[in-house]
Amino acid sequence: MKLIENVSRHVSRRGFLQGALASGVFVLSVRFVPAPLLAAEGDATAAPFEPSLWMSIASDGTVTIVAHRSEMGCGSRTALPLVVADELDADWSKVKIEQAIGDPKYGEQDTDGSHSVRSNFDLMRRVGATGRVMLIRAAAAQWGVSPKDCTTEPHFVVHRATGRKLGYGEVAAAAAKLTVPKKEDVPLKARSEWRYIGKESNSLFDLPEIVTGGAIFGMDATMPGMVYASVEHPPVLGQKIKSYDDKAALKVPGVQKTLTIDVFKPPHMFQPLGGVAVIADNTYAAFKGRKGLKVEWDANSSPHSVYNSAPFRKTLETTSRQPGKVVRNVGDVDAAFAKGGKIIEAEYYTPHLAHASMEPPVAVAEYRDGKVLAWAPTQNPQAVQETIAGVLGIKKEDVTCHVTLLGGGFGRKSKPDQVAEAAVLSKQLGKPVKVVWSREDDIQFDYFHSVASMYMKAAVGPDGKPTAWLQRTVYPPIDSTFNVSAVYADDEMGLGWNNLPFDIPNHRAENGPADYHVRIGWLRSVANIYHAFAIGSFADELAKAANKDSAQYLLDLIGPARVVKLDLKGGEAEEDKAYPFDTARLRRVVEIAAENSGWGKKATGKGRGMGIAAHRSFLTYVATVVEVEVDSRGQVHIPNVWTAVDAGTVVSPDNIRNQFEGAAVFGTSLALFSEITATNGVIDQSNFHNYQITRMNRAPRHVDVQIVKSEALPAGVGEPGVPPFAPALYNAVFAATGKRVRELPLSKTKLV
Amino acid sequence: MIRFKVNGKEKTFDGDPDMPLLWYLRDVAQLTGTKFGCGMALCGACTVHQNGAAIRSCTTPMKDVGGAEITTIEGIPPMHPVQEAWMEIRVPQCGYCQTGQIMTAIALLKENKNPSDQDIDTAMAGNLCRCGTYQRIRAAIHQAAKQQAAKEMA
Repeated sequence: MKLIENVSRHVSRRGFLQGALASGVFVLSVRFVPAPLLAAEGDATAAPFEPSLWMSIASDGTVTIVAHRSEMGCGSRTALPLVVADELDADWSKVKIEQAIGDPKYGEQDTDGSHSVRSNFDLMRRVGATGRVMLIRAAAAQWGVSPKDCTTEPHFVVHRATGRKLGYGEVAAAAAKLTVPKKEDVPLKARSEWRYIGKESNSLFDLPEIVTGGAIFGMDATMPGMVYASVEHPPVLGQKIKSYDDKAALKVPGVQKTLTIDVFKPPHMFQPLGGVAVIADNTYAAFKGRKGLKVEWDANSSPHSVYNSAPFRKTLETTSRQPGKVVRNVGDVDAAFAKGGKIIEAEYYTPHLAHASMEPPVAVAEYRDGKVLAWAPTQNPQAVQETIAGVLGIKKEDVTCHVTLLGGGFGRKSKPDQVAEAAVLSKQLGKPVKVVWSREDDIQFDYFHSVASMYMKAAVGPDGKPTAWLQRTVYPPIDSTFNVSAVYADDEMGLGWNNLPFDIPNHRAENGPADYHVRIGWLRSVANIYHAFAIGSFADELAKAANKDSAQYLLDLIGPARVVKLDLKGGEAEEDKAYPFDTARLRRVVEIAAENSGWGKKATGKGRGMGIAAHRSFLTYVATVVEVEVDSRGQVHIPNVWTAVDAGTVVSPDNIRNQFEGAAVFGTSLALFSEITATNGVIDQSNFHNYQITRMNRAPRHVDVQIVKSEALPAGVGEPGVPPFAPALYNAVFAATGKRVRELPLSKTKLV
Repeated sequence: MIRFKVNGKEKTFDGDPDMPLLWYLRDVAQLTGTKFGCGMALCGACTVHQNGAAIRSCTTPMKDVGGAEITTIEGIPPMHPVQEAWMEIRVPQCGYCQTGQIMTAIALLKENKNPSDQDIDTAMAGNLCRCGTYQRIRAAIHQAAKQQAAKEMA
């Protein structure tokens, strides 16, 4: 069975350790639990001997490095082992990657927030460097020379004076017996000595399996004796079953039975939605059986059937015109507005989005003797443990979660509700269950990117620059997923709202309250999408109102090189200390993107135009120029995109270019096509015909990505390309057509 | 009883004739390189070859594959020039859609040995990639076309 192959390929942690210890291979004893932000600032070597968490070297020289982050396309599973291999001075062709199960001993494992490299870079360097020191010491002892007289070349310890060499595999057993050196005795390589970090030659570890069809995604995981399940969920969030008729479903060949899953107890968090599951011999029979189900839902059992997108938008907009909770205040905007002069106001609206990863939610799980074994494409295997433990009333230590490759994630797969469904059904059936969501399930029962409304107001001086800038944002917060009474987006203000980097003497940022009616969740770059849309569009509106060049005006708004003074608390304040908001870096990406695009040198108007926007998210500075052609039917084509990125120190530049090329396509989807709406609490869209994402023929023709050379701390790369794209595109549409559109997606507005 | 070939091997099927080929390949034949994405022929993740032509296996019922030669990604001897180009250009991000993309690209290059950008757009528009690797897919198809031409010259 595939799972058995899986297990032998990605040996389970326990099995791996037993095997490693039994065969006497070198097991590096570094144990460290990272703090959330500055992971490597703790002391990795202070702990007593523990079996290795991160790497081992076998006597044949095979280096096995543990990846504790999930691979959903961003490259984390490759990037961190590359860092270990670099400091270890390993030959990458002799490296195997083993995917970690969910376990707090690895520290936090949620592959989200574009922070895998940022939070683990120093730790992974130290893991590799510690191994290198131990290998050198073991070889030196064998030769009877001083370790100081030895160095390494890939996979060998070398005695400088004599040129003698010992392979890593040859000294691994001896190295394993040595005391783990202290941090101060473990030198890190100079940047100039890096073999892998920052090199163009890096490519995804799983690339050969991906192109030959052998890569194992969640959709491909199996367990011996498993059955397949497809779940009919309540159409409105929280609705309960009144009655159901499964006669027709049970007549479908291959359908075994139906089972119910209880609706969650609020807050919904990552619990199953509830509903009726069709259990079958294969996926098709389960899907077909569902079509035969007749379920009557209790209309009065949920407060969310009132949800209709058009009136809800009006509610958000009304709220956005009222004073809200102040999240940042500089100077006095009210006094500045009271002085009169030129006042400019604008309102922006962005709809719900669905993640629509190419692989829909899927998982296989087995409940046996009070314990659960699960295989899932999850961004967060520890959330799988916690969720299943909570739903089944067992200990989280009794839930083992293996992580497959993810067929996309974008934030959806940090929520493991479908894994919990598989565990709940397995407990009822007494056998392993694979739950497969259809595309319709995926789109209708997502943790949606929030619908949002923004109100902007500026007072503009005689020079065209704002003297006051008020911004107010309103949307159902992600916190509503964890707290039914949450109406303010306190946790999302750091995502591009409480850190406006513009040089404006009077500024106030506010957040207004909004109720939720669907599950709200993180989607690639999260609230930065609508915040950057409003800020980037409004900046361009002010530029045009002042008859200024948009790129120069943006630089004027950013103002002189400085560290932006922010009023932050807690974790955000700590982060700000380590990664101050540096306008010199923001200016530089704007200048590079403008320069690369030939900004100002091409004729605009008459259907052609260029737009620019810049945004810092996940500590990475990005500026994007989009070029558009609007044809006689009003259809928008994107011949070129130029993006400049300053993500600090980078591990795999080609992968970063791929991330930003992809972000331009993801940005095109949300800017031009995608919208989720609800009618009486039921989602109106269901598949790619009515929830459209970008196809090749509508994607940007050419995306140019320039990575700014930097020795600053590593920052994020998976998400930051998305936020500036939509405002840059809309600004280009204005340049091309003179039409200022203030809502996403553009397909709702007729341009001609 | 439906008789057909998968990757050159004789197969028979006597289950639900409405079962899409996709689910036969994945759940019955355990050939999981062919992916499920939409079930409506909208995304192309399930693309395989039927008698050499790219088809969407998610909407092709088993009753329609009698006598057919089906080729899945597992039936493409590695490394095909298209797969080589995919590796060299480092196309994939998550990789889930890429086997479908590659199967469509192989079928395209069989019919059109030197496709233009426009030809590629037309052939590939049915294959969605949420990660957004289209620029690299286009480049990889051009590169594979060149490699194929060079091989034929040799």
